[in-house]
Amino acid sequence: MLELFRNPKNLGKIKDADASATAGSLACGDMITIYLKVDEKTEKIIEASFESYGCAANIAASSILTELIKEKYLQEAWKISWKQVSDELGGLPSIKLHCGILAVGALRRAIRAYYKNRERPEWLPEELTPEERQALEEEELMNILGKKMRAVSTKPSEKEV
Amino acid sequence: MIGNLSSNLRALIEAHGRPEREVYLDLENSGLIFEEALNELLKSYRESGYGHPSITHKPGWSSLELLLEAKENLLSFIKARDGEVVFTHSGTEANNLAIMGLAKATPNRRKIIISSIEHLSVKFPAERLQELGFRVMEIPVDDEGFVNLDYLSDQIDEEALMVSVAAINHEIGTVQDLRAIADVVRDKDPETIIHTDACDALGRTPLDFGKLEIDIASFSGHKIHAPKGVGALYVRDGIKLEPIIHGQLSSQSLWPGVENIPSIAGFSKAIEIFRENFDNYREKMKNLRDILIGGILSQIDDAFLNGPRGDRRAVDNVNVSFLGCEGEALTVELSLRGVYVSSGSACTSRTLEPSHVLLAIKRPYEIAHGSILMKTSPLHGEKDIEYALGQLVKAVERVRSIAPKGVV
Repeated sequence: MLELFRNPKNLGKIKDADASATAGSLACGDMITIYLKVDEKTEKIIEASFESYGCAANIAASSILTELIKEKYLQEAWKISWKQVSDELGGLPSIKLHCGILAVGALRRAIRAYYKNRERPEWLPEELTPEERQALEEEELMNILGKKMRAVSTKPSEKEV
Repeated sequence: MIGNLSSNLRALIEAHGRPEREVYLDLENSGLIFEEALNELLKSYRESGYGHPSITHKPGWSSLELLLEAKENLLSFIKARDGEVVFTHSGTEANNLAIMGLAKATPNRRKIIISSIEHLSVKFPAERLQELGFRVMEIPVDDEGFVNLDYLSDQIDEEALMVSVAAINHEIGTVQDLRAIADVVRDKDPETIIHTDACDALGRTPLDFGKLEIDIASFSGHKIHAPKGVGALYVRDGIKLEPIIHGQLSSQSLWPGVENIPSIAGFSKAIEIFRENFDNYREKMKNLRDILIGGILSQIDDAFLNGPRGDRRAVDNVNVSFLGCEGEALTVELSLRGVYVSSGSACTSRTLEPSHVLLAIKRPYEIAHGSILMKTSPLHGEKDIEYALGQLVKAVERVRSIAPKGVV
Protein backbone atom coordinates (compact mmCIF):
# COMPACT_ATOMS: atom_id res chain seq x y z
CA MET A 1 0.00 0.00 0.00
CA LEU A 2 2.84 2.34 0.91
CA GLU A 3 4.45 1.51 -2.46
CA LEU A 4 1.25 2.55 -4.25
CA PHE A 5 1.26 5.80 -2.31
CA ARG A 6 4.89 6.39 -3.18
CA ASN A 7 4.49 5.48 -6.84
CA PRO A 8 0.81 5.50 -7.70
CA LYS A 9 -0.21 3.93 -10.98
CA ASN A 10 -2.53 5.74 -13.40
CA LEU A 11 -2.31 9.08 -11.65
CA GLY A 12 -3.52 12.18 -13.47
CA LYS A 13 -6.20 13.41 -15.77
CA ILE A 14 -6.97 11.87 -19.16
CA LYS A 15 -7.51 14.91 -21.36
CA ASP A 16 -9.75 13.29 -23.95
CA ALA A 17 -11.55 10.99 -21.53
CA ASP A 18 -14.85 9.50 -22.67
CA ALA A 19 -16.23 9.69 -19.16
CA SER A 20 -15.21 10.99 -15.77
CA ALA A 21 -16.83 11.37 -12.38
CA THR A 22 -16.02 12.53 -8.87
CA ALA A 23 -17.14 11.11 -5.56
CA GLY A 24 -16.74 12.76 -2.17
CA SER A 25 -15.91 16.39 -1.57
CA LEU A 26 -13.13 18.62 -0.33
CA ALA A 27 -15.18 19.21 2.79
CA CYS A 28 -15.35 15.56 3.77
CA GLY A 29 -11.62 15.27 3.28
CA ASP A 30 -11.94 12.53 0.66
CA MET A 31 -12.46 13.16 -3.01
CA ILE A 32 -11.71 10.86 -5.93
CA THR A 33 -12.04 11.59 -9.63
CA ILE A 34 -11.94 8.67 -12.08
CA TYR A 35 -11.27 9.14 -15.82
CA LEU A 36 -12.11 6.48 -18.42
CA LYS A 37 -11.19 6.06 -22.03
CA VAL A 38 -13.48 3.50 -23.63
CA ASP A 39 -13.45 1.73 -26.98
CA GLU A 40 -16.78 2.71 -28.47
CA LYS A 41 -17.33 -0.57 -30.34
CA THR A 42 -16.32 -3.14 -27.75
CA GLU A 43 -17.08 -1.07 -24.65
CA LYS A 44 -13.71 -2.06 -23.30
CA ILE A 45 -11.76 0.29 -21.01
CA ILE A 46 -8.57 1.23 -22.85
CA GLU A 47 -7.26 3.63 -20.26
CA ALA A 48 -8.21 4.54 -16.71
CA SER A 49 -6.76 7.10 -14.35
CA PHE A 50 -7.52 8.95 -11.14
CA GLU A 51 -6.87 12.04 -9.08
CA SER A 52 -7.36 11.99 -5.34
CA TYR A 53 -7.64 14.44 -2.49
CA GLY A 54 -7.49 12.07 0.42
CA CYS A 55 -5.40 9.94 2.72
CA ALA A 56 -2.74 7.44 1.68
CA ALA A 57 -5.26 4.56 1.67
CA ASN A 58 -7.51 6.58 -0.59
CA ILE A 59 -4.71 7.10 -3.09
CA ALA A 60 -3.73 3.41 -2.96
CA ALA A 61 -7.36 2.30 -3.41
CA SER A 62 -7.87 4.54 -6.43
CA SER A 63 -4.59 3.39 -7.89
CA ILE A 64 -5.37 -0.31 -7.53
CA LEU A 65 -8.92 0.13 -8.82
CA THR A 66 -7.74 1.80 -12.03
CA GLU A 67 -5.28 -1.09 -12.47
CA LEU A 68 -8.08 -3.63 -11.99
CA ILE A 69 -10.37 -2.14 -14.63
CA LYS A 70 -7.85 -1.68 -17.43
CA GLU A 71 -8.67 -3.84 -20.45
CA LYS A 72 -11.97 -4.81 -18.82
CA TYR A 73 -15.37 -4.43 -20.43
CA LEU A 74 -17.50 -1.77 -18.73
CA GLN A 75 -19.86 -4.52 -17.64
CA GLU A 76 -17.02 -6.32 -15.83
CA ALA A 77 -15.70 -3.11 -14.31
CA TRP A 78 -19.16 -2.34 -12.99
CA LYS A 79 -19.10 -5.55 -10.95
CA ILE A 80 -15.89 -4.82 -9.10
CA SER A 81 -16.70 -4.41 -5.42
CA TRP A 82 -15.01 -2.43 -2.68
CA LYS A 83 -14.25 -5.81 -1.10
CA GLN A 84 -12.10 -6.73 -4.12
CA VAL A 85 -10.30 -3.40 -3.87
CA SER A 86 -9.66 -4.01 -0.19
CA ASP A 87 -8.45 -7.58 -0.83
CA GLU A 88 -6.08 -6.40 -3.56
CA LEU A 89 -4.54 -4.03 -1.05
CA GLY A 90 -4.07 -6.84 1.44
CA GLY A 91 -7.15 -5.87 3.45
CA LEU A 92 -8.00 -2.28 4.29
CA PRO A 93 -8.39 -1.61 8.01
CA SER A 94 -12.04 -1.02 8.97
CA ILE A 95 -11.64 2.75 9.38
CA LYS A 96 -10.31 2.94 5.84
CA LEU A 97 -12.97 0.77 4.17
CA HIS A 98 -14.84 3.87 3.08
CA CYS A 99 -11.84 4.79 0.89
CA GLY A 100 -12.45 1.62 -1.14
CA ILE A 101 -16.18 2.29 -1.20
CA LEU A 102 -15.65 5.86 -2.39
CA ALA A 103 -13.30 4.72 -5.18
CA VAL A 104 -15.85 2.18 -6.41
CA GLY A 105 -18.57 4.83 -6.07
CA ALA A 106 -16.58 7.18 -8.31
CA LEU A 107 -15.98 4.44 -10.89
CA ARG A 108 -19.67 3.53 -11.08
CA ARG A 109 -20.57 7.16 -11.48
CA ALA A 110 -18.08 7.40 -14.34
CA ILE A 111 -19.64 4.34 -15.99
CA ARG A 112 -23.08 5.87 -15.63
CA ALA A 113 -21.70 9.11 -17.09
CA TYR A 114 -20.47 7.12 -20.09
CA TYR A 115 -23.99 5.90 -20.78
CA LYS A 116 -25.62 9.24 -20.15
CA ASN A 117 -25.98 9.99 -23.85
CA ARG A 118 -25.96 6.38 -24.94
CA GLU A 119 -28.48 3.62 -24.62
CA ARG A 120 -28.43 2.14 -21.14
CA PRO A 121 -27.38 -1.51 -21.29
CA GLU A 122 -29.48 -4.06 -19.45
CA TRP A 123 -26.78 -4.87 -16.92
CA LEU A 124 -26.68 -1.30 -15.67
CA PRO A 125 -29.31 -0.96 -12.95
CA GLU A 126 -31.42 2.16 -12.77
CA GLU A 127 -31.22 2.24 -9.01
CA LEU A 128 -28.08 3.38 -7.26
CA THR A 129 -25.83 0.66 -5.85
CA PRO A 130 -24.79 0.76 -2.17
CA GLU A 131 -21.35 2.18 -3.09
CA GLU A 132 -22.93 5.04 -5.02
CA ARG A 133 -25.37 5.68 -2.20
CA GLN A 134 -22.54 5.77 0.32
CA ALA A 135 -20.73 8.40 -1.74
CA LEU A 136 -23.94 10.37 -1.89
CA GLU A 137 -24.52 10.01 1.84
CA GLU A 138 -21.03 11.26 2.65
CA GLU A 139 -21.53 14.28 0.43
CA GLU A 140 -24.94 15.01 1.91
CA LEU A 141 -23.68 14.59 5.45
CA MET A 142 -20.96 17.13 4.79
CA ASN A 143 -23.52 19.48 3.31
CA ILE A 144 -25.60 19.27 6.45
CA LEU A 145 -22.58 19.62 8.73
CA GLY A 146 -21.36 22.57 6.69
CA LYS A 147 -24.70 24.31 7.06
CA LYS A 148 -24.78 23.53 10.76
CA MET A 149 -21.31 25.02 11.12
CA ARG A 150 -22.36 28.23 9.46
CA ALA A 151 -25.43 28.37 11.66
CA VAL A 152 -23.41 27.98 14.87
CA SER A 153 -23.60 31.34 16.51
CA THR A 154 -21.20 32.44 19.19
CA LYS A 155 -23.70 31.50 21.86
CA PRO A 156 -22.69 28.91 24.44
CA SER A 157 -24.19 25.60 23.57
CA GLU A 158 -25.62 22.96 25.79
CA LYS A 159 -24.29 19.72 24.49
CA GLU A 160 -26.63 17.22 22.97
CA VAL A 161 -26.01 13.61 23.87
CA MET B 1 -6.11 -11.10 13.72
CA ILE B 2 -3.49 -9.29 15.81
CA GLY B 3 -0.84 -11.52 14.26
CA ASN B 4 -1.93 -10.42 10.78
CA LEU B 5 -1.93 -6.80 11.77
CA SER B 6 1.51 -6.97 13.28
CA SER B 7 3.00 -8.71 10.23
CA ASN B 8 1.32 -6.08 8.01
CA LEU B 9 2.91 -3.40 10.14
CA ARG B 10 6.30 -5.08 9.87
CA ALA B 11 5.93 -5.08 6.08
CA LEU B 12 4.84 -1.44 6.17
CA ILE B 13 7.84 -0.37 8.23
CA GLU B 14 10.17 -2.36 5.98
CA ALA B 15 8.67 -0.79 2.87
CA HIS B 16 9.05 2.63 4.49
CA GLY B 17 12.73 2.17 5.19
CA ARG B 18 14.87 4.52 7.22
CA PRO B 19 15.10 8.04 5.82
CA GLU B 20 18.53 9.66 5.67
CA ARG B 21 17.63 12.18 8.29
CA GLU B 22 14.82 12.06 10.84
CA VAL B 23 13.17 14.99 12.61
CA TYR B 24 10.45 14.16 15.13
CA LEU B 25 8.02 17.06 15.47
CA ASP B 26 4.94 15.15 16.69
CA LEU B 27 5.51 16.17 20.29
CA GLU B 28 1.79 16.69 20.76
CA ASN B 29 1.36 12.94 20.64
CA SER B 30 4.50 11.93 22.52
CA GLY B 31 8.12 11.02 21.87
CA LEU B 32 11.61 12.25 22.75
CA ILE B 33 12.92 11.93 26.27
CA PHE B 34 15.70 13.85 28.02
CA GLU B 35 18.70 11.55 28.36
CA GLU B 36 19.00 12.60 32.03
CA ALA B 37 15.34 11.70 32.67
CA LEU B 38 15.85 8.29 31.10
CA ASN B 39 18.95 7.72 33.24
CA GLU B 40 16.98 8.69 36.32
CA LEU B 41 14.31 6.14 35.39
CA LEU B 42 16.91 3.41 34.94
CA LYS B 43 18.65 4.30 38.18
CA SER B 44 15.35 4.16 39.96
CA TYR B 45 14.51 0.72 38.56
CA ARG B 46 17.97 -0.57 39.43
CA GLU B 47 18.74 1.08 42.72
CA SER B 48 16.39 3.36 44.55
CA GLY B 49 12.82 3.20 43.25
CA TYR B 50 11.82 -0.40 42.71
CA GLY B 51 10.06 -0.84 46.07
CA HIS B 52 6.45 0.02 46.93
CA PRO B 53 6.40 3.38 48.67
CA SER B 54 3.76 2.30 51.20
CA ILE B 55 5.66 -0.67 52.61
CA THR B 56 7.86 -0.46 55.67
CA HIS B 57 11.23 -1.61 54.40
CA LYS B 58 14.24 0.15 53.00
CA PRO B 59 13.32 -0.12 49.29
CA GLY B 60 9.84 1.17 50.24
CA TRP B 61 11.27 4.15 52.10
CA SER B 62 13.61 4.93 49.19
CA SER B 63 10.67 4.92 46.81
CA LEU B 64 8.61 7.08 49.15
CA GLU B 65 11.48 9.56 49.33
CA LEU B 66 11.60 9.79 45.50
CA LEU B 67 7.84 10.24 45.38
CA LEU B 68 7.84 13.04 47.94
CA GLU B 69 10.78 14.77 46.27
CA ALA B 70 8.96 14.66 42.95
CA LYS B 71 5.87 16.22 44.55
CA GLU B 72 7.98 19.00 46.06
CA ASN B 73 9.67 19.57 42.72
CA LEU B 74 6.40 20.00 40.86
CA LEU B 75 4.86 22.19 43.58
CA SER B 76 7.89 24.45 43.55
CA PHE B 77 8.02 24.63 39.72
CA ILE B 78 4.41 25.82 39.59
CA LYS B 79 4.98 28.08 42.64
CA ALA B 80 2.11 26.57 44.62
CA ARG B 81 1.93 27.82 48.20
CA ASP B 82 -0.11 24.89 49.44
CA GLY B 83 -1.88 21.87 48.06
CA GLU B 84 -1.17 18.29 47.16
CA VAL B 85 0.15 16.53 44.08
CA VAL B 86 -1.34 13.20 43.05
CA PHE B 87 0.67 11.20 40.54
CA THR B 88 -1.38 9.34 37.95
CA HIS B 89 -0.46 7.24 34.96
CA SER B 90 -1.10 10.00 32.44
CA GLY B 91 -2.38 13.49 31.79
CA THR B 92 -5.57 11.87 30.51
CA GLU B 93 -6.01 10.11 33.84
CA ALA B 94 -5.34 13.38 35.70
CA ASN B 95 -8.06 15.15 33.69
CA ASN B 96 -10.48 12.30 34.32
CA LEU B 97 -9.73 12.36 38.04
CA ALA B 98 -10.28 16.12 38.17
CA ILE B 99 -13.67 16.01 36.46
CA MET B 100 -15.16 12.70 37.56
CA GLY B 101 -13.59 13.01 41.02
CA LEU B 102 -15.14 16.43 41.58
CA ALA B 103 -18.55 15.27 40.37
CA LYS B 104 -18.44 12.36 42.83
CA ALA B 105 -17.39 14.59 45.72
CA THR B 106 -19.94 17.37 45.10
CA PRO B 107 -22.99 15.73 43.53
CA ASN B 108 -25.37 18.58 44.40
CA ARG B 109 -23.83 20.89 41.79
CA ARG B 110 -24.83 19.65 38.38
CA LYS B 111 -23.33 21.99 35.79
CA ILE B 112 -19.93 21.52 34.16
CA ILE B 113 -18.51 24.31 32.04
CA ILE B 114 -15.71 23.64 29.58
CA SER B 115 -14.38 25.56 26.62
CA SER B 116 -15.25 24.30 23.15
CA ILE B 117 -11.59 23.53 22.39
CA GLU B 118 -10.68 21.32 25.35
CA HIS B 119 -8.62 18.17 24.93
CA LEU B 120 -10.72 15.04 24.52
CA SER B 121 -9.59 13.84 27.95
CA VAL B 122 -11.60 16.78 29.35
CA LYS B 123 -14.41 16.78 26.80
CA PHE B 124 -15.21 13.07 26.99
CA PRO B 125 -15.40 12.76 30.80
CA ALA B 126 -17.70 15.80 30.78
CA GLU B 127 -19.87 14.14 28.14
CA ARG B 128 -19.93 10.95 30.20
CA LEU B 129 -21.22 12.96 33.16
CA GLN B 130 -23.86 14.45 30.91
CA GLU B 131 -25.15 10.94 30.29
CA LEU B 132 -25.34 10.59 34.07
CA GLY B 133 -27.56 13.65 34.41
CA PHE B 134 -25.11 16.54 34.66
CA ARG B 135 -25.40 19.52 32.34
CA VAL B 136 -22.41 20.38 30.20
CA MET B 137 -22.00 23.87 28.79
CA GLU B 138 -19.41 24.60 26.13
CA ILE B 139 -18.10 28.14 26.10
CA PRO B 140 -17.35 29.40 22.60
CA VAL B 141 -13.96 30.80 21.65
CA ASP B 142 -12.95 33.44 19.15
CA ASP B 143 -11.13 32.61 15.93
CA GLU B 144 -7.82 32.44 17.78
CA GLY B 145 -9.17 30.15 20.49
CA PHE B 146 -9.62 32.66 23.33
CA VAL B 147 -12.53 31.94 25.65
CA ASN B 148 -15.41 34.39 25.53
CA LEU B 149 -15.40 35.79 29.06
CA ASP B 150 -18.88 37.34 28.86
CA TYR B 151 -20.48 34.04 28.02
CA LEU B 152 -18.41 32.35 30.69
CA SER B 153 -19.64 34.85 33.24
CA ASP B 154 -23.26 34.28 32.20
CA GLN B 155 -22.92 30.58 32.86
CA ILE B 156 -21.56 30.80 36.39
CA ASP B 157 -24.19 30.32 39.10
CA GLU B 158 -24.83 28.18 42.18
CA GLU B 159 -25.40 25.17 39.97
CA ALA B 160 -21.91 25.35 38.48
CA LEU B 161 -19.66 22.60 39.76
CA MET B 162 -16.57 23.48 37.79
CA VAL B 163 -15.01 25.40 34.95
CA SER B 164 -12.30 23.70 32.94
CA VAL B 165 -10.14 25.64 30.48
CA ALA B 166 -6.67 24.55 29.36
CA ALA B 167 -3.91 27.04 30.18
CA ILE B 168 -2.50 26.46 26.70
CA ASN B 169 -4.51 24.76 23.99
CA HIS B 170 -2.84 21.54 22.86
CA GLU B 171 -3.64 22.01 19.20
CA ILE B 172 -3.49 25.68 18.30
CA GLY B 173 -1.33 26.97 21.16
CA THR B 174 -3.72 29.61 22.54
CA VAL B 175 -2.30 30.94 25.82
CA GLN B 176 -5.44 31.68 27.83
CA ASP B 177 -5.63 34.49 30.35
CA LEU B 178 -6.14 32.24 33.40
CA ARG B 179 -6.22 35.19 35.77
CA ALA B 180 -9.06 36.84 33.88
CA ILE B 181 -10.94 33.54 33.72
CA ALA B 182 -10.53 33.03 37.47
CA ASP B 183 -11.65 36.61 38.20
CA VAL B 184 -14.80 36.15 36.14
CA VAL B 185 -15.65 32.89 37.91
CA ARG B 186 -14.85 34.09 41.46
CA ASP B 187 -16.78 37.27 40.88
CA LYS B 188 -19.99 35.38 40.13
CA ASP B 189 -19.59 32.44 42.50
CA PRO B 190 -16.58 31.79 44.74
CA GLU B 191 -17.60 28.16 45.21
CA THR B 192 -17.26 27.09 41.58
CA ILE B 193 -14.09 25.04 41.21
CA ILE B 194 -11.59 26.07 38.55
CA HIS B 195 -9.60 23.36 36.78
CA THR B 196 -6.97 23.85 34.14
CA ASP B 197 -5.43 21.23 31.91
CA ALA B 198 -1.84 22.47 32.11
CA CYS B 199 -0.25 19.55 30.23
CA ASP B 200 0.88 21.85 27.42
CA ALA B 201 1.66 24.81 29.64
CA LEU B 202 4.27 23.24 31.90
CA GLY B 203 7.67 24.55 30.86
CA ARG B 204 6.18 26.68 28.08
CA THR B 205 4.73 29.55 30.05
CA PRO B 206 5.38 30.81 33.60
CA LEU B 207 2.91 29.23 36.02
CA ASP B 208 2.39 30.82 39.41
CA PHE B 209 -0.24 28.97 41.37
CA GLY B 210 0.61 31.11 44.39
CA LYS B 211 -0.99 34.03 42.59
CA LEU B 212 -3.42 32.28 40.25
CA GLU B 213 -6.82 31.43 41.65
CA ILE B 214 -6.77 27.93 40.18
CA ASP B 215 -7.97 24.98 42.28
CA ILE B 216 -6.94 21.95 40.27
CA ALA B 217 -4.43 21.46 37.45
CA SER B 218 -3.38 18.49 35.30
CA PHE B 219 0.14 17.74 34.08
CA SER B 220 1.72 15.17 31.82
CA GLY B 221 5.25 13.76 31.92
CA HIS B 222 5.92 13.00 28.27
CA LYS B 223 5.08 16.56 27.28
CA ILE B 224 8.21 17.77 29.05
CA HIS B 225 10.44 14.97 27.74
CA ALA B 226 9.94 12.77 30.80
CA PRO B 227 9.11 9.07 30.51
CA LYS B 228 5.65 8.09 29.31
CA GLY B 229 3.02 6.68 31.62
CA VAL B 230 3.13 9.41 34.25
CA GLY B 231 0.92 12.40 34.88
CA ALA B 232 0.02 14.49 37.89
CA LEU B 233 -2.89 16.39 39.37
CA TYR B 234 -2.36 19.42 41.56
CA VAL B 235 -5.16 19.87 44.10
CA ARG B 236 -5.33 22.96 46.23
CA ASP B 237 -5.92 22.57 49.99
CA GLY B 238 -9.59 22.37 50.86
CA ILE B 239 -10.76 21.06 47.47
CA LYS B 240 -12.67 17.81 47.86
CA LEU B 241 -12.11 15.07 45.29
CA GLU B 242 -13.11 11.41 45.32
CA PRO B 243 -10.91 8.74 43.75
CA ILE B 244 -12.31 7.37 40.51
CA ILE B 245 -10.45 4.06 40.55
CA HIS B 246 -10.32 1.82 43.56
CA GLY B 247 -7.92 -0.86 44.65
CA GLN B 248 -4.76 -1.74 46.53
CA LEU B 249 -3.21 0.38 49.18
CA SER B 250 -1.18 3.32 47.98
CA SER B 251 0.65 6.18 49.57
CA GLN B 252 -1.73 8.50 47.71
CA SER B 253 -5.35 8.62 48.86
CA LEU B 254 -6.72 9.74 45.48
CA TRP B 255 -4.96 7.12 43.42
CA PRO B 256 -4.72 3.38 44.19
CA GLY B 257 -2.21 0.91 42.83
CA VAL B 258 1.54 0.66 42.63
CA GLU B 259 3.00 4.07 41.89
CA ASN B 260 5.25 4.17 38.85
CA ILE B 261 8.20 5.48 40.85
CA PRO B 262 10.85 5.18 38.09
CA SER B 263 8.74 7.23 35.69
CA ILE B 264 7.87 9.67 38.46
CA ALA B 265 11.61 10.05 39.20
CA GLY B 266 12.22 10.71 35.49
CA PHE B 267 9.35 13.24 35.48
CA SER B 268 10.91 14.96 38.46
CA LYS B 269 14.25 15.15 36.66
CA ALA B 270 12.63 16.64 33.56
CA ILE B 271 10.93 19.26 35.77
CA GLU B 272 14.35 20.18 37.21
CA ILE B 273 15.84 20.51 33.73
CA PHE B 274 13.00 22.72 32.53
CA ARG B 275 13.17 24.84 35.70
CA GLU B 276 16.93 25.40 35.41
CA ASN B 277 16.74 26.29 31.70
CA PHE B 278 13.35 27.92 31.69
CA ASP B 279 14.17 31.19 29.90
CA ASN B 280 16.70 29.63 27.51
CA TYR B 281 14.36 26.86 26.50
CA ARG B 282 11.46 29.20 25.94
CA GLU B 283 13.59 31.45 23.79
CA LYS B 284 14.92 28.48 21.84
CA MET B 285 11.51 26.92 21.20
CA LYS B 286 10.09 30.29 20.17
CA ASN B 287 12.95 30.96 17.77
CA LEU B 288 12.54 27.55 16.11
CA ARG B 289 8.77 28.02 16.02
CA ASP B 290 9.14 31.35 14.23
CA ILE B 291 11.65 29.98 11.70
CA LEU B 292 9.20 27.20 10.87
CA ILE B 293 6.07 29.36 10.71
CA GLY B 294 7.81 32.15 8.79
CA GLY B 295 9.33 29.69 6.33
CA ILE B 296 6.03 27.91 5.69
CA LEU B 297 4.00 31.07 5.17
CA SER B 298 6.59 32.62 2.86
CA GLN B 299 7.47 29.52 0.83
CA ILE B 300 4.16 27.69 0.45
CA ASP B 301 1.10 29.16 -1.28
CA ASP B 302 -2.32 28.88 0.31
CA ALA B 303 -0.91 28.09 3.74
CA PHE B 304 -2.72 29.36 6.83
CA LEU B 305 -1.60 29.55 10.44
CA ASN B 306 -4.18 28.21 12.91
CA GLY B 307 -4.26 29.95 16.30
CA PRO B 308 -2.81 33.22 17.57
CA ARG B 309 0.53 34.81 16.76
CA GLY B 310 3.38 36.18 18.85
CA ASP B 311 3.35 36.04 22.63
CA ARG B 312 -0.27 34.93 22.78
CA ARG B 313 0.78 31.69 21.11
CA ALA B 314 2.58 28.80 22.85
CA VAL B 315 6.33 29.04 22.25
CA ASP B 316 6.44 25.57 20.66
CA ASN B 317 3.23 25.35 18.65
CA VAL B 318 3.11 25.29 14.85
CA ASN B 319 -0.30 24.44 13.40
CA VAL B 320 -0.77 25.17 9.72
CA SER B 321 -3.29 24.27 7.04
CA PHE B 322 -2.52 23.80 3.40
CA LEU B 323 -5.48 24.23 1.10
CA GLY B 324 -5.97 21.35 -1.33
CA CYS B 325 -3.53 19.16 0.54
CA GLU B 326 -5.14 16.44 2.62
CA GLY B 327 -3.51 16.24 6.04
CA GLU B 328 -3.18 12.52 6.53
CA ALA B 329 -1.62 11.97 3.11
CA LEU B 330 0.78 14.75 4.02
CA THR B 331 1.78 13.00 7.29
CA VAL B 332 2.60 9.84 5.29
CA GLU B 333 4.49 11.75 2.59
CA LEU B 334 6.48 13.60 5.26
CA SER B 335 7.15 10.36 7.07
CA LEU B 336 8.75 8.92 3.94
CA ARG B 337 10.96 12.02 4.01
CA GLY B 338 11.86 11.52 7.68
CA VAL B 339 9.73 14.30 9.13
CA TYR B 340 7.16 13.14 11.67
CA VAL B 341 4.07 15.27 12.28
CA SER B 342 0.36 14.74 12.99
CA SER B 343 -2.79 16.01 11.35
CA GLY B 344 -6.20 17.36 12.34
CA SER B 345 -7.70 15.63 9.31
CA ALA B 346 -10.77 13.44 9.71
CA CYS B 347 -8.81 10.37 8.72
CA THR B 348 -6.79 10.63 11.92
CA SER B 349 -9.85 10.89 14.14
CA ARG B 350 -11.68 7.71 13.10
CA THR B 351 -14.78 9.69 12.18
CA LEU B 352 -15.73 11.93 9.31
CA GLU B 353 -15.23 14.93 11.56
CA PRO B 354 -11.93 16.77 11.51
CA SER B 355 -10.46 18.32 14.68
CA HIS B 356 -13.15 19.84 16.92
CA VAL B 357 -10.65 22.56 17.88
CA LEU B 358 -10.23 23.78 14.29
CA LEU B 359 -14.00 23.68 13.76
CA ALA B 360 -14.54 25.65 17.00
CA ILE B 361 -12.31 28.46 15.71
CA LYS B 362 -14.52 28.36 12.61
CA ARG B 363 -12.02 26.98 10.17
CA PRO B 364 -13.90 25.61 7.15
CA TYR B 365 -13.77 21.84 6.73
CA GLU B 366 -11.43 21.99 3.75
CA ILE B 367 -8.90 23.95 5.82
CA ALA B 368 -9.30 21.71 8.87
CA HIS B 369 -8.67 18.60 6.73
CA GLY B 370 -5.44 20.06 5.44
CA SER B 371 -3.95 20.86 8.84
CA ILE B 372 -0.77 19.57 10.38
CA LEU B 373 0.51 20.03 13.90
CA MET B 374 4.17 20.28 14.89
CA LYS B 375 5.90 21.29 18.09
CA THR B 376 9.43 22.54 18.54
CA SER B 377 11.47 21.52 21.57
CA PRO B 378 14.76 22.21 23.33
CA LEU B 379 15.95 18.94 21.78
CA HIS B 380 15.76 20.38 18.26
CA GLY B 381 18.37 22.50 16.52
CA GLU B 382 18.03 25.01 13.69
CA LYS B 383 19.35 22.42 11.23
CA ASP B 384 16.46 20.08 12.12
CA ILE B 385 13.91 22.80 11.51
CA GLU B 386 15.52 23.86 8.23
CA TYR B 387 15.48 20.25 7.06
CA ALA B 388 11.83 19.84 8.07
CA LEU B 389 10.90 23.06 6.26
CA GLY B 390 12.62 21.98 3.05
CA GLN B 391 10.88 18.61 3.09
CA LEU B 392 7.55 20.21 3.92
CA VAL B 393 7.72 22.42 0.82
CA LYS B 394 8.35 19.36 -1.37
CA ALA B 395 5.77 17.17 0.40
CA VAL B 396 2.96 19.71 0.05
CA GLU B 397 3.78 20.08 -3.63
CA ARG B 398 3.64 16.30 -4.15
CA VAL B 399 0.35 15.74 -2.27
CA ARG B 400 -1.24 18.65 -4.10
CA SER B 401 -0.12 17.17 -7.42
CA ILE B 402 -2.21 14.04 -6.73
CA ALA B 403 -5.42 15.98 -6.08
CA PRO B 404 -7.98 16.77 -8.78
CA LYS B 405 -7.06 20.06 -10.41
CA GLY B 406 -9.08 23.07 -9.51
CA VAL B 407 -9.05 22.01 -5.87
CA VAL B 408 -6.49 24.63 -4.89
